Amino acid sequence: MNSEIANMIAKRLVIAVITLLIVSFAVFFATSMLPGDTATILLGQSATPEAVAGLRQAMHLDDPAILRFLRWGGGFITGDLGKSYANDMPITTLIGGRFVNTMELAGITALISIPFALTLGITSAVMRGSVYDRIVTVLTIGVISVPEFMVASTAVLLFAVYLKWLPAISFVNEVHSLSDLLRMYAMPVVTLTFVVSAQIIRMTRAAVIETLSTPYVEMALLKGASRSRIVLRHALPNALGPIVNALALSLSYLIGGVIIIETIFNYPGIAKLMVDAVATRDLPLIQTCAVIFCAGYLILITIADIIAIISNPRLR
Amino acid sequence: MTQSAPSTSAGFYGYSFSLVGVLAFAVILFWAVVALFAPHFAPYPVGKIVDMDYFGPMSAKLWLGSDYLGRDMLSRIIYGARYTLGIALAGVLIASSCGVILGMAAAVIGGWFDAALSRFMDAMISIPSKLFGLVVVAAVGSSLPSLILTLAFIYTPGSYRFARALAVNVNTMDFITVARIRGENTLYLAVSEILPNIIRPVLADFGIRFVFIVLLLSGLSFLGLGVQPPLADWGALVHENIQGLSFGSAAVIAPSIAIASLTISVNLLIDNLPRKIRDRSA
Repeated sequence: MNSEIANMIAKRLVIAVITLLIVSFAVFFATSMLPGDTATILLGQSATPEAVAGLRQAMHLDDPAILRFLRWGGGFITGDLGKSYANDMPITTLIGGRFVNTMELAGITALISIPFALTLGITSAVMRGSVYDRIVTVLTIGVISVPEFMVASTAVLLFAVYLKWLPAISFVNEVHSLSDLLRMYAMPVVTLTFVVSAQIIRMTRAAVIETLSTPYVEMALLKGASRSRIVLRHALPNALGPIVNALALSLSYLIGGVIIIETIFNYPGIAKLMVDAVATRDLPLIQTCAVIFCAGYLILITIADIIAIISNPRLR
Repeated sequence: MTQSAPSTSAGFYGYSFSLVGVLAFAVILFWAVVALFAPHFAPYPVGKIVDMDYFGPMSAKLWLGSDYLGRDMLSRIIYGARYTLGIALAGVLIASSCGVILGMAAAVIGGWFDAALSRFMDAMISIPSKLFGLVVVAAVGSSLPSLILTLAFIYTPGSYRFARALAVNVNTMDFITVARIRGENTLYLAVSEILPNIIRPVLADFGIRFVFIVLLLSGLSFLGLGVQPPLADWGALVHENIQGLSFGSAAVIAPSIAIASLTISVNLLIDNLPRKIRDRSA
């Protein structure tokens, strides 16, 4: 039995690696095969043809695309990410501190929203059809249906403009005290928590409802098990796989949300870096940021799949 | 599927529609009419500066106040409806038709074609849509045609996966086997045997995908990477007036509400479609 689990996990890891390869291939080709010659962009319209040709030579732009992809991929693995076009700094330096900032923002959000959303999702599924469930459902559909920037601007209007509890623009460079720290993170974290929680609640609720309608839950009900025992002993262990999957999928909304929220609150993370890079068409920087985000997302999905495999009672 | 009790329902061609569904449909129809006849509704020309003050308040003359240059906000939202609805509709039409055609082809042809295409589409789905949008916009820019194609490209894999799952189910039915034995070709199988059996859930999926595209388009425009000035969709209107947020100007709130009214209505309409239309087993 255990070798079966190991096999499934190994297979899942191989799929993850293949997917990452396809994705980075797609990112690389989308950004380097399409119109606009990089050398011309860098040197401007008035550059001499000789200068353009020289730069093309120096940047290996005339090599076949597959060779450039391999060189880029190789650099990625060895930690040499190349240089930014816009300011000629090594990308590793540009990303370093900002990566930590983004991970902090995402981490704090996950710490708050996962327990909060799981509780709401599971309780609303158990109390399905009640007034509480309806309120939760309407609120989540409301948050899911509107763009993230609307959630953010509503939060700013409410907390900063009308209630005046928090500053509208989040980032203060000097952090003097704990309250400064709280104020800096409060607004982005609150907004992101709303966006991510709505997704988790919706998916968790669906997963638990599906489990609660299975024959073995009905059997437990007929045996006369108490409501809490049915939910905690019979339904939840089986719903764990789908719930973890729902969590991982919802975290892709965390990525989408981070892009908007870092921009609106001027938060110095990699998402803001990437949006700025898109505005200046700084291709190496865009490629790197995109691959970091995709890899992060794939890692989360793979971990979720592995937890689902391990936690499946039928495989034990 | 939740078994919701129909509240107030009206009969129509043998289907019954709930009140919420009818209201949602009315809102969508309203925005469609506004987008089609924008020049007839807009009180002022879209680029004309009509207010001496910027971020002017709501008044009898300017119903939704003025924007950061003193242009009439109501007119800008009415014209913005054209870009938001038009681009999203064009994008979702391309995405859904590509997805359905490829999905049916994969189901009917099967074998390595199906395996390779599905593997590729699954990899594409694993790129978060907003990130994908940023990468493609960086590469091809944000002219209107390239925006439409970008949005279509990003949402084709999801539509493919949905259509393929439905088509694979239909493909195992007896009438398909009979048609195969009759010697019908792939095209006939897809268009005449499978398509009529999956079209209703595909249309519901079309609506959901329309919402995704509106949200992504607004998000890109909000980042300043979508529709470019002097044109402006609703997302771009929020982007250009974002300074007005700190004093609660209608120039920021009104376009946001326009987006929300559209996306929530489409979601509600689909949730309240009669089960006959919405369900896979229809």
